[in-house]
Amino acid sequence: MAEQVAIDRIRCDGHGICAELLPEMISLDDWGYPIIKPGPIPLRLIEHAQRAVEACPVLALRMTRVSKAA
Amino acid sequence: MSDTILWYATRGAGVVSLVLLTVVVVLGITSAMRWKTPAWPRFLTAGFHRNLALITLVFLAIHIVTAVVDPFTALGLNAALIPFSSSYRTFWLGLGVIALYLLIAIVITSLLRPFLDYASWRLIHWFAYAMWPIALVHGFGTGTDRSFSWMLGIDGLCVIVVVLAVLWRTSRPSPTSWRALPASESMNRSVSR
Amino acid sequence: MSMLSGGPHPALPQRGREIDGGLRGDALVRELERANLLGRGGAGFPVARKWRTVKANGNGRAVVLANGAEGEPLSRKDRTLMVERPHLVIDGALLAADAVRASDIIFYVGNEHRAAVSAMRRALAERHERAAQRARLVEAPAGYISGEESAAVHYINAGDARPTVTPPRPFERGIDGRPTLVQNVESLAAAALHASGALNGTALFTTSGAVRRSGVYELPPDVAPEAVVDLAGGLAKDVQAVLIGGYFGSWASAEEVWSLTLDSNSLRARGLTLGCGVLYFLPADSCGVDATARIMSYLAGQSARQCGPCVFGLGAIATATRRLAERAPQAEDLARLARWSGLLAGRGACKHPDGATGLLRSALEVFADDFVAHQQRRCITRRALPDHSRVLAEAVA
Repeated sequence: MAEQVAIDRIRCDGHGICAELLPEMISLDDWGYPIIKPGPIPLRLIEHAQRAVEACPVLALRMTRVSKAA
Repeated sequence: MSDTILWYATRGAGVVSLVLLTVVVVLGITSAMRWKTPAWPRFLTAGFHRNLALITLVFLAIHIVTAVVDPFTALGLNAALIPFSSSYRTFWLGLGVIALYLLIAIVITSLLRPFLDYASWRLIHWFAYAMWPIALVHGFGTGTDRSFSWMLGIDGLCVIVVVLAVLWRTSRPSPTSWRALPASESMNRSVSR
Repeated sequence: MSMLSGGPHPALPQRGREIDGGLRGDALVRELERANLLGRGGAGFPVARKWRTVKANGNGRAVVLANGAEGEPLSRKDRTLMVERPHLVIDGALLAADAVRASDIIFYVGNEHRAAVSAMRRALAERHERAAQRARLVEAPAGYISGEESAAVHYINAGDARPTVTPPRPFERGIDGRPTLVQNVESLAAAALHASGALNGTALFTTSGAVRRSGVYELPPDVAPEAVVDLAGGLAKDVQAVLIGGYFGSWASAEEVWSLTLDSNSLRARGLTLGCGVLYFLPADSCGVDATARIMSYLAGQSARQCGPCVFGLGAIATATRRLAERAPQAEDLARLARWSGLLAGRGACKHPDGATGLLRSALEVFADDFVAHQQRRCITRRALPDHSRVLAEAVA
């Protein structure tokens, strides 16, 4: 089972801390809102992803499991 | 002899707690203002805000426990838990208990944040703007060190720093105020980077 | 048989009718699957598959929401259908409720469509079926977004017609937490015609722009665009481009349009979709940049204002296209538009930014020369906006 970062687009306030903690997969658009690279999180980044999820000031992020077939 | 150590520990831990709380409040405001530089990313502000708040609890615990067990003050546990129940400097000490409860509410709701809705968490977090001045006044009123200029100096510095931070916070609309604006105004604010 | 009394086929007289005989339940779903009936609300999702899913999720507690909000400014088909054949729409809703085992039906009609609201109310009052008597008519708040499926459900649940984060989608959890079938009123009417054995394959189109008689027309969906134009009295002017699918759709150049048929496969091959059946014909002497700028302003203003990328992204797009339309652009405006048009899709709670940027991308392609000219402060369509483009202007006012 692979994991992905899922985002609640309404909750997100564009703080951008997630992009600081997981720059390999999250970048910010012109207005400070995250662009999340699609696809499963590489194993070596899982811990960083978890830290990014916990660091969101409005808890807009969560880790989700996706089956590899998806 | 040990009595004096307890008394010094109470006062010392109290001052340290106040200074730490001042830094925590300023970091909280800095976080809300989304301040950052290439050398200081936002997760540092957020991390320090959280960790220093938790460290403050340690010093607060020392401050309270040493005050309660100190035979010289004869305070007893009630004085620490029930506001305005001590005979020693009833009002000023009571303020400290109030500030403690406000801080506990803030910390517990923050630790339990995934189980809370965002609006409630945020409302309780705003208690910080009450907690800090109450703690400051508690220190000033109960402190036997207020005749010392260094203590006044520390108090004064804390006040200046927090006042400046609050002025900074109120100088700009909140970064999320666009949620309440009608469409036309938000279009004017959408400046691209 | 036809959906509209004014269509090219003989009309059904209006009367309150019982659903007796004809296909129902699983047999109806199989027929809808065989006929490959697609949803007419804009997404074009297979109707049979949706009904099966809601029935499976619902366990007898599902809800049917007949969506007649019609927030798309260029579309008139739903309100026309509800005014002229309300009983057909109600038939469709009752059949759907029966097929998905829904215990409740809600008719969600845009409150700005007063004639449609009255017609549906009157027709519902004339019905004897218990399901129809239990049914509610809810007036949808005016606006582009209120017909979005999660917005409709949110409005019914909480009085707030703004989309919600999905999953769960309405067919999983909707009104009162129950699986909800949100189906466009034309789709329901089409299902009712299939149920009664009518070899119906027609769809409703709304035409406007450079045609002599703007309006709603009924035709088989695999027809060529010329047939629609003929019904609409022919072209009043030469056409440079057609907006297919309304504001959630795309521009196509005139040459491309005259070379295709309007069935979904043919359109999909060109990256187009019929959506809610809107065909707006842009005259050759209108400025495509100006038309696009008006649409972008409208769409930015209609954002539910919940998600940053939509609020700021569409706002910036609207501002930049307006500057370009007025031939007073900033140096980077056209380049920014190209970049932003790929930046917003999938980054909102609903598909509003996707639709808006889809239209923008098609505009940048179809009106490429015009945009370049406007970036250089010229307009190659030189003349002033003619009268029938005011239809578009009024629609966005």
